[in-house]
Amino acid sequence: MALQKILSVSGRAVCVPGNDIDTDRIIPARFMKCVSFDGLGEFLFYDVRKNLDGTNQQHPLNEERFNGATVLLSGANFGCGSSREHAPQAIAKYGFKAIIAENFAEIFFGNCTTLGIPCVSASREDIAKVAAAVAANPQLEVTIDLQALEVSFGGQSIKVTQRESARDGLVNGRWDAIGELIEGKTAVAATAAKLPYVAA
Amino acid sequence: MGKSLFEKVWEAHSVRKLANGQTQLFIGTHLIHEVTSPQAFGMLRDLGLQVAFPHRTFATVDHIVPTDQVSEPYEDPLAQAMMDELRKNCEQFGLTFFDRQSGKQGIVHIVGPEQGITQPGTTIACGDSHTSTHGAFGAIAFGIGTSQVRDVLATQTMALGPLKVRRIEVNGRLQPGVYAKDVILHIIRVLGVNGGTGYAYEYAGEVFDRFSMEERMTVCNMSIEGGARVGYVNPDETTFAYLKGRPYSPTGTAWDEALERWKSFASDAEAVYDDVVKIDAAEIAPTITWGINPAQGISINETIPDPSSAQSEDERAGIDEALAYMKLPAGAPIKGTKIDVAFLGSCTNGRLSDFQEVAKFIKGHKVAAGVKAIAVPGSQIVALQCEKLGLDKVLTEAGFEWRSAGCSMCLAMNPDKLVGDEVCASSSNRNFKGRQGSTTGRTILMSPVMVAAAAVRGHVADAREVFNVSSN
Ligand code: SF4
Repeated sequence: MALQKILSVSGRAVCVPGNDIDTDRIIPARFMKCVSFDGLGEFLFYDVRKNLDGTNQQHPLNEERFNGATVLLSGANFGCGSSREHAPQAIAKYGFKAIIAENFAEIFFGNCTTLGIPCVSASREDIAKVAAAVAANPQLEVTIDLQALEVSFGGQSIKVTQRESARDGLVNGRWDAIGELIEGKTAVAATAAKLPYVAA
Repeated sequence: MGKSLFEKVWEAHSVRKLANGQTQLFIGTHLIHEVTSPQAFGMLRDLGLQVAFPHRTFATVDHIVPTDQVSEPYEDPLAQAMMDELRKNCEQFGLTFFDRQSGKQGIVHIVGPEQGITQPGTTIACGDSHTSTHGAFGAIAFGIGTSQVRDVLATQTMALGPLKVRRIEVNGRLQPGVYAKDVILHIIRVLGVNGGTGYAYEYAGEVFDRFSMEERMTVCNMSIEGGARVGYVNPDETTFAYLKGRPYSPTGTAWDEALERWKSFASDAEAVYDDVVKIDAAEIAPTITWGINPAQGISINETIPDPSSAQSEDERAGIDEALAYMKLPAGAPIKGTKIDVAFLGSCTNGRLSDFQEVAKFIKGHKVAAGVKAIAVPGSQIVALQCEKLGLDKVLTEAGFEWRSAGCSMCLAMNPDKLVGDEVCASSSNRNFKGRQGSTTGRTILMSPVMVAAAAVRGHVADAREVFNVSSN
């Protein structure tokens, strides 16, 4: 199963500030009553974007100047809470291709990586720099270079970090493990045979 | 050099190293439910794959089931569609499904242990973050995303990097009226919601040695709220006694062999840990949350934090945001905060001992006027056990509604929801904004007995005073 090598992601960015943005905030539980992920994008951040009557609240994603942004900026512990893939899926379906935050909740990070959405970490000051540049010029192109682990924007750049196993997977086109896992079939059978509780 | 249980289980289940440095880990037991599995089966079909080890996947239905209606079709067509989808998938791929007619249905993290499917020295995965619950048995149990559910279905393995291990020892004796829930809320308060990132938590010490399996499950359940992917307690006689005679427990000579094997997985005395944290049990008070994440907790006799006394700008912003949402006054006692709803249940505190403890104290008391109180057993078996003991009667006489098994108001994907900005005293595990079904609803996490006390008084109260607790 050959996957695309994700060496870098470029696009316009939008900052959704805040720490501990949890998966229920990213996609409220009531929108998870579905048997497929299609259509989740429109409910991204729904309860902080919309009033009860469906009209818009003030939220960066409601600002027209940020329409079409593909890079999401945020704070610390992004994606905490649930293991449900609905959250990364909603982010992906909305159109985001990468996330820059101070750090990420573990399961969320892994889920994003498996979907080919790089999550990179940067210091708060550096994220603020990107956010300020984007706020001043929403058309600014932001590029995340996964090989150099650098984000460049309007002549500036910041350093980012990413767990090596994730980075390796993305840049080498093996961010979704399924192909490799299937290839290990014989070794899997050998391990299973050594585990008494697995025997049928 | 000694090894921890985590290392031993990891080694026994390691298939091979993958190109990116991660490990292909064998998952002995796979649990699924209706919310996170349908898309995984969809992916499986798209790729033309089969389930590799169908006898190692067990399904139940919990999140969307109405707790006041057992007959189908459900009023909510989306809920019915998810139910039908799970049934279809289990049938097509030949998986065991604890359907509602089986009498064994319930919250996935209650069903696994109660059936004896959850065993020491095993790896367990489920598309649900509270899978950490199963660690109470000395299993390494991971909450996973839907793509990994697909991986486990297709290969019975997943790709994973190793974790560090932090041993959390709680020694001494808990004060009367202090429960397992208080222990974990206290641990999260001390170590923070991110404290566990990158770690497996090994819970140990005299308090855990004395704990029942149900108490251990309550603590392991909320490991995830502390940021840890996995939490576990080493298996011991308490574990083995619990498992003896369960439907999926080994029998005869297989039991004796299993026992030897299970014991061998316990952490060695000379195991080396990446970190050790020691907590004095006597310091733990009944602990409840005041904010919008589970680390925003205080003991019942403390006051609601004041942003002006925050240690950092971040903390101040966090307090401000939480207080604005919770509509609570800074600096005021948390005791006396009016509640509208009392919820007993969830995979944290929806087991027999939780209802027993509440029944013991609430007998002779009445839920305060204006409080909606619901008790939702975590499984059909828990419900039956409670009903046999007459606990349901005690609870309904006190003014609680007695419901059928499910997740219910823990995340309100079924009809049980808060309305408007109602305040809920809840025995569940998450107090995120909007968690209980209303975008402005407010959740205060606490132990079941504290929920009962709040229900009786109509406001947050110290259960030790309300019920005159002098010994546990
Ligand atoms: S009871 Fe709550 S936390 Fe537990 S599985 Fe159900 S929804 Fe999740």
